[in-house]
Amino acid sequence: MDFEEYAAKPLLAAAGIAVPDSALAASADEAADIAARIGPCVVKAQVPTGKRGKAGGIKLAATPDEARAAAEAIIGMTIGIHTVEKVLVEAQVDIGTEYYAAVMNDQASKGPMIMFSTEGGMDIEEVAADHPDKLVRLPVDIRQGVTGAAIDAMLAPLGLGERQAATSAALEKLYQVYAENDGELVEINPLVVTGSGDIVALDCKFTLEDSGAVRHAELREKAAPEKLTALEEQARMAGLKYIDLDGDVGILANGAGLTMTTMDMVRYYGGQPANFLEIGGEAYTLGKPALELVMANPRIKSLLVNFCGAFARTDVMAEGIVNAWLDLKPDLPVFFSIHGTGDVEAVAMVRDRLGMEPYDKMDDAVKAAVAAAK
Amino acid sequence: MIVQKNDRVLVQGLTGKQGTFWAERMMEYGTEIMGGVNPRKAGTEHIGLPVYGTAQDAMVDKGFEVAVMFIPPLGAKAAAMDAIQAGVKKIVCLTEHIPVQDVMYFLAAADEAGCQVIGPNTTGVVTTGENFVGFMPAFNDRIMKPGRVGVISRSGSLGTFICMKMVEAGFGISAFIGIGGDPIIGTTTLQALKQLDAHEGTDQVVIVGEIGGTMEEEAAEYAASMNKPMVAFVAGAASPEGKKMGHAGAIVVGDKGTYASKKAAFEAAGVQVLDSPSMAGDAMRAIVG
Repeated sequence: MDFEEYAAKPLLAAAGIAVPDSALAASADEAADIAARIGPCVVKAQVPTGKRGKAGGIKLAATPDEARAAAEAIIGMTIGIHTVEKVLVEAQVDIGTEYYAAVMNDQASKGPMIMFSTEGGMDIEEVAADHPDKLVRLPVDIRQGVTGAAIDAMLAPLGLGERQAATSAALEKLYQVYAENDGELVEINPLVVTGSGDIVALDCKFTLEDSGAVRHAELREKAAPEKLTALEEQARMAGLKYIDLDGDVGILANGAGLTMTTMDMVRYYGGQPANFLEIGGEAYTLGKPALELVMANPRIKSLLVNFCGAFARTDVMAEGIVNAWLDLKPDLPVFFSIHGTGDVEAVAMVRDRLGMEPYDKMDDAVKAAVAAAK
Repeated sequence: MIVQKNDRVLVQGLTGKQGTFWAERMMEYGTEIMGGVNPRKAGTEHIGLPVYGTAQDAMVDKGFEVAVMFIPPLGAKAAAMDAIQAGVKKIVCLTEHIPVQDVMYFLAAADEAGCQVIGPNTTGVVTTGENFVGFMPAFNDRIMKPGRVGVISRSGSLGTFICMKMVEAGFGISAFIGIGGDPIIGTTTLQALKQLDAHEGTDQVVIVGEIGGTMEEEAAEYAASMNKPMVAFVAGAASPEGKKMGHAGAIVVGDKGTYASKKAAFEAAGVQVLDSPSMAGDAMRAIVG
C-alpha cells in the first residue's frame, strides 16, 4: 500500500523528523489561500509515483497568484497512470545540502536495510551505479533495532563532519517510522540540511507492507487508493486474486505459479490472456464468484480452466465451476485441463455433468482455447 | 534431505481442520509425527497424538527435530519463536500473509539458533518414499513416484504439475522442496539447490522459478558449477510490470525481477529454460537419455 507524500510526511513528523509547513489543496483557489498563509512555496502533485518533477508536477511559487497558476497547471495533469487530483502546497526551504535516506525490507539479508547517500535528489539506482562510494548501507537485526553507534559507523566513510550528529539522529527516527508502522519502504529524497544546519525532509515515500497492514486499521485508510478496474474491485470483495489484462482468452486456474504459467502458455501459443484469476489457496471453493467474474469481462472470447491440485483439491474446485456453469449457462467455449489431487473425480464430473471432455495435456487445452478466441 | 528419515515432527496447530487433515495424510505416508501444539487443549489427545501447550513442553517430553506450522498469520511469529526456543532444527512454515516484519524477526532468531526455515507460504517438502511435511500430494504415485529427480519450486500448484510431467516421462522424484511464494523466505532457491546437489539420492534437478526478486539468478550462478543435469521453468513471462501476481514475491519492479533476466542467467549457466512446463520430462529425457 503506497502513501502519497502528504500522507507519509505526518509519520515522519510524529517521529520527530522536521518537515516544512504545508497543507493539501484540491483546487487552485485553495492553493492560493495556503500560499497567502505560508509565503513562498512549492506546489507538488500528489500521486503515488516517482518522477513528479520531470513530469512538470512540481512548481515553485513566490506569491499566492503564482501558487494559483501552478495548481491550475498541475491539477488534472496525468503522471504515469495517475491523474492529479490534489496538490501539496509547502513552504520553501533554504536548501544547503541534499541527502538520500531510506529504510526498506531487503531480500538478500532477509531483514531491514538502512540506506544513505550524500547524493540526494537523484535517482538512487543511478547513484548506486555511478557513485557507489557515496552510498552506504546498514543491515539491521530487526530483533534489536538500530543504535546510534551503528548508524555513526555506517556514516563514517562519508565524512559528514558537523552534520553527522543530526543526520544520525534523523536516521534513527526514520528506522522508528519503519519499525512502528510495518513499513516495506520509507524513503526521504531529498533529506535536506538547511543553510542554518537544520535537517528537514523535503519529500517522503512510504509503503505499508500488505500483510502487516491488518495491524494498522487507521493508517491503511490513508494509503493512496489502488487503481483498480471495476472487475478487480468486484474480485477483491469476493476474496479472489484477479488482475485485468487486455487479451481475450479468459483464465481460471489455481495457485499463483500455475495461473501465471497459464497466461504464459496462452501467449506462447499465439493468444492473449484476458485476466489473471487464481482460485487456489484459501479460495479454492470460490468457483461460482470466480466464474461470474471472468464472464463479466466483455472482451472474453474463450475460457481456459487449468487446475493442478496439490493442497487444493481439483474435485472441489471443479464442482464449484460445474455448478456455476450450469447455473449461469454461459454462451462461451470453455476448455479444461485438470490434473493432480482429485483429478479422476474432477474429470468425471466435467464429463458427466457438462458433457465436455477435459484435455489430457495442458498444452492442448491452451491451444484449443487460443484457436477458439481467433 | 531436508527432513531426514527418522526426524520426529511436531504439528503446531494440529487440532485445526487443516492441521488434522494433513497430519493424518503425513502419518499415512510415513512421517513420524510425535504430537501437536494447542495451548487451550494442552494435556489432551488428538487423532491419537499428545497435545502440548507449547513446543518447549513437547521438546522436554519427547523431543522432535521438525516443526510444521498450521498457524494463522498473526500467530506465526509467536509459534515460530516457541519452536526455535525449544531448540528445533527445522521449521516448515506453510502460512501465507504473515507480516513481513514478523517473518524477518523469526528468520533472524532461527538463523542465530542454527535452525533452517522453509517458507513461509510454502506447500512443504517431500522426501519420496520416506516422509513429507506440509500439504503436498506425496501419496499420489502419478505425481510423486519415488525416483532420482529433485524439484525446487516457489509454487505448489506448478511444482506439482512439473513433478507429474517428470513421472509421465518415466522419471521419479527424489525430493520436492517448496520454498514458498513470499518475498522474504528462510530457504532460497540457491540454498535448496545446494542441498539437492549434496543429496546422494538426487541425480537430476528441476528448478521451478517465477518472476520477482533475484533468487533464480543467484541459483543459476551456482548451477554453472554443478554436474547434475538440470532444466528450469520460470513462470511470469506474460505478467505485467508492477503487479503482484498472486504471490507476494512475484512482482517485477522496473527492470528488477524480470523473466528475461532469469532466463538469461540460467542459459548463461548452461541450464535449458523450458517454454512450457509440459516439456520438463521430455527435456530431461533428452539430456540423460
